[in-house]
Amino acid sequence: MRSLINITDLTLDEIDELIVTANDIIANPAKYSEKCRGKKLATLFFEPSTRTRLSFEAAMYELGGNVIGFSEASSSSSAKGESVSDTVRTVSCYADIIAMRHPKEGAPLVASMKASVPVINAGDGGHNHPTQTLADLLTISREKGKIGDMTVGFCGDLKFGRTVHSLIVALSRYENIRLVLISPDELRIPEYMKTDVIKKNNMPYAETNDLDEVMSSLDILYMTRVQRERFFNEADYIRLKDSYILTPEKLLTAKSGLSVMHPLPRVNEISTAVDEDPRACYFKQVMNGKFIRMALILKLLEEAAK
Amino acid sequence: MIIDSIKNGIVLDHIKAGMCMEIYNILNLESLECSVAILKNVPSDKMGRKDIIKVADMFDIDLDVLGYIDPNITVNIIKDGALAEKRKLELPSLIKDVIKCKNPRCITSTEHELQHIFRLADKEKRVYRCIYCDSKAKTHS
Repeated sequence: MRSLINITDLTLDEIDELIVTANDIIANPAKYSEKCRGKKLATLFFEPSTRTRLSFEAAMYELGGNVIGFSEASSSSSAKGESVSDTVRTVSCYADIIAMRHPKEGAPLVASMKASVPVINAGDGGHNHPTQTLADLLTISREKGKIGDMTVGFCGDLKFGRTVHSLIVALSRYENIRLVLISPDELRIPEYMKTDVIKKNNMPYAETNDLDEVMSSLDILYMTRVQRERFFNEADYIRLKDSYILTPEKLLTAKSGLSVMHPLPRVNEISTAVDEDPRACYFKQVMNGKFIRMALILKLLEEAAK
Repeated sequence: MIIDSIKNGIVLDHIKAGMCMEIYNILNLESLECSVAILKNVPSDKMGRKDIIKVADMFDIDLDVLGYIDPNITVNIIKDGALAEKRKLELPSLIKDVIKCKNPRCITSTEHELQHIFRLADKEKRVYRCIYCDSKAKTHS
């Protein structure tokens, strides 16, 4: 049974195929409005994530399907001590496809090994979030007309930010992507990402503490939130959360063709004044997330039916 | 020091000096009823010093576990007093329930019935990673 746990589960051709489908959905939504008639998506969210859950649910409804599920562990059987394996075996009896968010890393992989329907990883702790990466790739593709030959800056929490790690892994398979990694020393990208992904794929990269210094070189600026829930220590969180805030003034030196992305939700790392700037793409990213999830649900259900 | 040759059994040779007890424990040799000889710090031209384990009976040896601990160990199968087979070890692509994932955020930290499975991520550097959370395992040198 085909599932999506890690972005590398998909080949570049398959990602291209999803982007093509998503673009077709955007252009011709009516063509897809009955594609999942009679099908059910189970959203198993063992930790709250309103944004991702609503995106999956909206995606399934726009395909004409239905949705069942729960939005936090306390309202599931896991509160009674049920294992992930048992939960997904049970839910496989009710649903045609599962989207799972879980605080523990690897939980969706466990689910995919036990479920009899496709499982989509909707985020597992600080580990993987492949549908966010697909949304990011669709956004880059739509904004730039291609994925490749560009300088991508990642700013903020590069240590715990799983969206950053997943996107860098995905970008490492494309041609001529230059990385600029902008973070405080405490939140630098982990060493294994450098050795196993960036250096291994010969991606040119630079690390800096200073966003202003590199702004003019960027084609894409991917901002991230300094996430409270990834810190063991509250004092560390408070000290670092305001480190990098994007303002209209900071954008003065940026290229006119820059695309500012953010996986959202933001706290204060992008000033709301930036929202009106045509280079701000983060709400388009949200919309793209729904369309690429529609394309993914279609693909996995089609493969499951074979 | 003289240890009798075995007639039928398995000799694990070229064990890195000091590692024999770990191998004894991981292969659960204590559960065997036959004679087991442990030779420590045996002089070796190739290694300087080495350990050897001789087991005077055939048993199901987990070559994957042994390959993970040290792929340079030689496994000699002895039949009727003669060397019948020399098995070369390789780093296994997967190891199951040999090492535990130490990442407190890994699903194995809360779902205890799950097998702890590590995959070979980098053969040259002998890096194993948890299949669930990708955490790096502490490797044997």
